[in-house]
Amino acid sequence: MPKLYTGAEIVFKCLEDQKVKHIFGYPGGAVLPIYDELKNHSSIKHILVRHEQGAGHAAEGYARSSGKPGVVLVTSGPGATNVVTALTDAYMDSVPLVCISGQVPTHLIGTDAFQECDTTGITRPCTKHNWLVKDINDLSRIMHLAFEVATTGRPGPVLVDIPKDIQFAKAKYIPAKKIKREKILSNNRFNQKDIDKLIQLMNKASKPIFYTGGGVVNSGPEASKLLRELVSLTGFPITSTLQGLGAYPGNDNQFIGMLGMHGTYEANNAMHDCDLLINIGARFDDRITGKIDEFSPKSKKVHIDIDPSSINKIIKVDLSIVGDVKDVIKLTTKTLKQKNINLEKSNKQKISKWWQQIEKWKTKDSLNFINSDKIIKPQYAVQRLYELTKNQDTFITTEVGQHQMWAAQHYKFDKPNRWMTSGGLGTMGYGLPAAVGVQLAHPKKLVIDVAGEASVLMTMQEMSTAVQYNLPIKIFILNNQYMGMVRQWQELLHEKNYSESYTEALPDFVKLAEAYGCVGIRANDPEELDQKIQEMIDIDKPVIFDCRVDQAENCFPMIPSGKPHNQMLLGPKDQEENKITGKGKALV
Amino acid sequence: MVKSKSAYSIPTKVGKLETHIIVVWVDNEASVLSRVVGLFSGRGYNIESLAVAEVDQKKNLSRITIVTTGTPQVIEQIVLQLKKLVPVHKVGNFKREDKNVIFKEMALLKIVANSSKIKKVLNVCKKFNPVILDKTNKSVVIQITALRREIDKMTKNLKSSGLISVSRTGAVAMTRGAEIFN
Repeated sequence: MPKLYTGAEIVFKCLEDQKVKHIFGYPGGAVLPIYDELKNHSSIKHILVRHEQGAGHAAEGYARSSGKPGVVLVTSGPGATNVVTALTDAYMDSVPLVCISGQVPTHLIGTDAFQECDTTGITRPCTKHNWLVKDINDLSRIMHLAFEVATTGRPGPVLVDIPKDIQFAKAKYIPAKKIKREKILSNNRFNQKDIDKLIQLMNKASKPIFYTGGGVVNSGPEASKLLRELVSLTGFPITSTLQGLGAYPGNDNQFIGMLGMHGTYEANNAMHDCDLLINIGARFDDRITGKIDEFSPKSKKVHIDIDPSSINKIIKVDLSIVGDVKDVIKLTTKTLKQKNINLEKSNKQKISKWWQQIEKWKTKDSLNFINSDKIIKPQYAVQRLYELTKNQDTFITTEVGQHQMWAAQHYKFDKPNRWMTSGGLGTMGYGLPAAVGVQLAHPKKLVIDVAGEASVLMTMQEMSTAVQYNLPIKIFILNNQYMGMVRQWQELLHEKNYSESYTEALPDFVKLAEAYGCVGIRANDPEELDQKIQEMIDIDKPVIFDCRVDQAENCFPMIPSGKPHNQMLLGPKDQEENKITGKGKALV
Repeated sequence: MVKSKSAYSIPTKVGKLETHIIVVWVDNEASVLSRVVGLFSGRGYNIESLAVAEVDQKKNLSRITIVTTGTPQVIEQIVLQLKKLVPVHKVGNFKREDKNVIFKEMALLKIVANSSKIKKVLNVCKKFNPVILDKTNKSVVIQITALRREIDKMTKNLKSSGLISVSRTGAVAMTRGAEIFN
């Protein structure tokens, strides 16, 4: 007779089998049997959050910075509904999460029992797949399948809903390797012919560009290495989406900055004028494309993606290559070298004019801003933060809004998995809990949440988690007392009617930090900024840094709504100059 | 042009709409239908009709037939998105005009009328394989199989002949000839 285990034991045996080290969660009635079992599994550390949304975002930060799936454990009803935002966020940004939720006992399902909700119904549109475990004999198989679904193909969140009676029921445990599986479809559905076609297009192009995204980061560190090799081999310019930052070094000469709504002038103009656009692991998001009809009108388009449904979803492409980015780049580079068509030399001549044009655009210096010696400009604060942290391996998370864009524009990443931000869903309150998760995965590293004061208040309670587990995260708040991005849109689109975007009563962040048992620092003056930032870096405790910045600053450059890439709105300096010459009106 | 007040783009030209029949083979498990239907409603796709039943008890497979309209781009998306669902095994996609595919819908018609009128009705139904399922001297229940538009027309025309109730299925589809869809 084989040994029988309870459902709760099976959950942990599966987690051990899957080499899970940390779970983020919050106990409650319907998961108590699982929490009871926790003490018997010393290799798994549970991190008690203060709100289930925080557990989800922390697991996201953990997953994105380490490449391993994040695991969340919540109770039924409100526990499950609170985690929905984080699941949706992970779904939009392709982050592998496994969420285990408790459920009321099987016989009470459908009776509106205490803390009952239709968890699998609610989470169906925001997970890759979910399961309600109705039979204890299915539990091992479903748990292992959950990890497989979350981490293979295009990664994403999954949820396993386990009724309380199933957690008590007993069954055999089946290890992962003994699970009978149907044939797994390979991610790679391309062949040498596709690669040859790609190389042919590369050879013909005189204005090529690489447009890379989060898919490169998700494909693993090797993909980033291979990308660097491919880019240097071809001599083509490269731009990146928000999620792709770090896959290619931000301070490299061939990197022309982020593209999209708040991307650089040169990146967006190059996207518009190019004759070959090679999309690697990005999805033509609407923040990237601008007006679809006028998106990159003269180019041949190539799309490399692991998810077939991403292809032709928004932009029709001429060549699609479905596969893992890493494998596609590897074969491309190999073929390029084999054919030995001295691409580098011939191409460099051919595309030298293209580079000249790009250099011309670069002279616009579109990320510029008018600095001040009286008031801290938010861009300046990010620049100083970068300068003072660039010599150590730093992990940056962000909330959502102006500060997020400034961080993306002015902080230069040179490694993947160092940049965690909520791009697809745009979840305010993502950055602080994400920093908790990142710090857990990288205990000795510097982890900074570049935050806005409005966003960070949405999940501020997780400071308590950081203090409990001695996680020295740094919350760097660019405090302008406004929901800055909302204010900016109201200024530009709604005749400066700043409806409800100003926060009247903000907490004293320094005192708040002290109340949580961490350190508070405030900076008001550009002159003291460097010294205060250094102080923050040197403290081996969680820090809340209240950086008081210019309230009226807008985030430029910007593609106004409904406009194509080549009609960007540039910063105040440029607007001023253009007023004088009268030429700039076309740009606005 | 009016200045857009939105941070989103304005909808531009819409492609030509086509009607397609999508056939989905799925594991017959709890909530599989809501996954398929939820994908359609969540992404704003259209369902004109739906037919679903288990077709293989041993392998536990169900076959879902969905009639939908959309631009070619949307239809392609529907197929690709369906293929991503875990319980989906394969997806077939046929144009309604496709001559190699048979489409059929079934309808039950209840007619309350005198016998001469009923006779007339049965005559009209002749083309659509009528089967009389129930008959009294005042009424009749007829089963017909036909195309959607044919049934539409029938039900409209028979209103005056005593048709008081109609129950219809969604379309089901099968390819012609010896080949099966893979």
